[in-house]
Amino acid sequence: MTPAPTPPVPAPPRLDVDRLIDDPSIGIVVCCGSGGVGKTTTAAALALRAAEAGRKVVVLTIDPARRLAQSLGLTQLDNTPRPVHAIDTSKGGSLDAMMLDMKRTFDEVVIAHSEPEKAEQILANPFYQAVSSSFAGTQEYMAMEKLGQLKASAENWDLIVVDTPPSRSALDFLDAPNRLGSFLDGRFIRLLTAPAKASGRAGLKVFGMGVQLVSSTMTKILGGQMLSDVQTFVNALDTMFGGFRERADETYRLLSEDGTAFLVVAAPERDALREASFFVDRLEADGMPLAGLVVNRITRVAASGLTPARAQAVAESLEDGAGPRSATNAAGVLRLHASLVRTAERQRELADGFSLGHPGIPVVHVPALGRDVHDLEGLREVGDALSGS
Amino acid sequence: MGGVTSTQEEGVPAAPPWGAARLHIVTGKGGTGKTTVASALAIGLAAHHHRVLLTEVEGRQGISQTFDVPPLGTEETPVTRVAGGGEIVGLSVEPKAALLEYLQLFYKLGRAGRLLEKFGAIDFATTIAPGVRDVLLIGKIYEANRRRQDGRHKGDSPPAYDSIVLDAPPTGRIGRFLSVNSEVADLARMGPIHSQAESITRLLQSGQTVVHIVTLLEEMPVQETLESIEELGAKGFHPGAIVVNMVREPLFDDAALDQAREGRLHKPSISAQLAEAGVKVTPALVEGLLDEARDHALRVDLEREQLALLESTGLPIVTLPALPGGVDAVAVRELAEVLVAEGMVR
Repeated sequence: MTPAPTPPVPAPPRLDVDRLIDDPSIGIVVCCGSGGVGKTTTAAALALRAAEAGRKVVVLTIDPARRLAQSLGLTQLDNTPRPVHAIDTSKGGSLDAMMLDMKRTFDEVVIAHSEPEKAEQILANPFYQAVSSSFAGTQEYMAMEKLGQLKASAENWDLIVVDTPPSRSALDFLDAPNRLGSFLDGRFIRLLTAPAKASGRAGLKVFGMGVQLVSSTMTKILGGQMLSDVQTFVNALDTMFGGFRERADETYRLLSEDGTAFLVVAAPERDALREASFFVDRLEADGMPLAGLVVNRITRVAASGLTPARAQAVAESLEDGAGPRSATNAAGVLRLHASLVRTAERQRELADGFSLGHPGIPVVHVPALGRDVHDLEGLREVGDALSGS
Repeated sequence: MGGVTSTQEEGVPAAPPWGAARLHIVTGKGGTGKTTVASALAIGLAAHHHRVLLTEVEGRQGISQTFDVPPLGTEETPVTRVAGGGEIVGLSVEPKAALLEYLQLFYKLGRAGRLLEKFGAIDFATTIAPGVRDVLLIGKIYEANRRRQDGRHKGDSPPAYDSIVLDAPPTGRIGRFLSVNSEVADLARMGPIHSQAESITRLLQSGQTVVHIVTLLEEMPVQETLESIEELGAKGFHPGAIVVNMVREPLFDDAALDQAREGRLHKPSISAQLAEAGVKVTPALVEGLLDEARDHALRVDLEREQLALLESTGLPIVTLPALPGGVDAVAVRELAEVLVAEGMVR
């Protein structure tokens, strides 16, 4: 039997992770992808590898698994980069790691950009407290803010590796600054701030009749208290809003420069690869510098030269015979092999499907490790796998 | 792993502890197969009840992909029929549409609704104002749960849906998502949003609602499952089943696993068996196969550790097999049968 001709999927260029982290012109690597694909582990492994290759690295993680955090020496969420000890510094590199505390980051922004009295007023506002600890969107804003801060203190580091928040869609991270910007420029904010700026009803006249209707409807729906809290909040923040948006825009610009590289991480599954496709399309549409796709946790096949069909057939014949124990074990080994090869083949097909739709995007396949990662040694193994060594 | 109930006779499982539940909330860490399990559960329920509403709230269109139907909109749309006359209706709840519908329902807003939209107030309420978004999303499900077949929300007409399955946000967000009451309590201290949040919370904490958690036998999803169970319990919700997804059939008995782990599987006899069966045996092939067996044994160890952690919660555990071909519209029906057989659905 001759093997069926393989479909003409041109092999994608190989994503060379080592060249990326060795390139001194690259100052930021952003790891993005949908939840559960190993984004945080990839970011940490990459950062460690870069540090041990001689770069001064800081890795910003968002929500690491406890044991992974411990492996980096992160025992608390204190929002400050901490040195990771026990790494190989013989090439002159260093590694700092931090976990994002979004509320703290927000508080720091408020404190840094307002008069002390006003800052206190904002921090005590119930609406602020809810916004700053709410999950929806705030995490993305604050990840961007922190990235900007880290970049501004660039004398300490020459490479920042960022893990993106576990958004429902990987795209939220990119949209955060724009959403904030358009919200702050929006008429609704002007509506909320206007009555306080101009005095009383005179202010409302600026917008005409519609405003009263909107205002009274909002009061009806949300309750008067909430609206007045929002008003207080918005007015208090008013002075720092400009700076807020400017920094968000600044960070967005930073991300679109050549010194940044986006790595899209996906598991070899339909859903994760579909998200990865959306993300790649979006990065290209926005002119963002995409380094390539990491297809994570491809099933590892150690034995070559035995097709799954053959392995399966032999396993069945061995089990038919009610033979010795070694026959049962041999059958088990063969069934395992058949299932590993089939899974790996399906995973590669899915990854090829991505490449078919996105020719020319560099791809690296990373084999799955036996156990979850929770120490530096494990991260080094992931790093080796990422670089194909 | 014995499924939901221990007293199964003649393949007729007893009622699960959440027998009275109408609203099944399915959560789990990203990548564990939440949407697949929610879909399979909906099929299982439809086979016994008649009309099941299957909803998602994150706009991922996971339901339409699972059932291979066009993307769901904000209208309730028939998705599939189930043997026995059952039906699944799909809905992708979107906060903006939910808010406008809500405003129309309660305030008959004509012009003001459009103005709210124009002024960005709708955007504000649905994306920026914390908690409001979640109230709106669950609010829509709350509404569907109360709706009668005649479209009204009270009266003697039978309920529009016999069961509702929600493909919910992942474990990392589920506690906050369901705690709509405390989320908005500090903000909207009175007014309709406030009272809406209170009614929703009553439903979510009642025996009508149960939260199932999907996991894999891997460290991170199991960790999140345990944390979630604790959080949900502390917040007054009812955890239902732990659904362990993608479980592989055991290929070796324990003695063989021990040997595989330690690399002691007997090479010569395995080689001999292979050769006898007509395989061209090379040392590299045998080494590779034993390597694979060793990885597998380590994986099984890890899975057993994780399963023990899950069992320590005392919650019913339901296992779903790994499907070699991945999940499609046919496979999800097979999984539904497993859920029924394991007693997750009466």
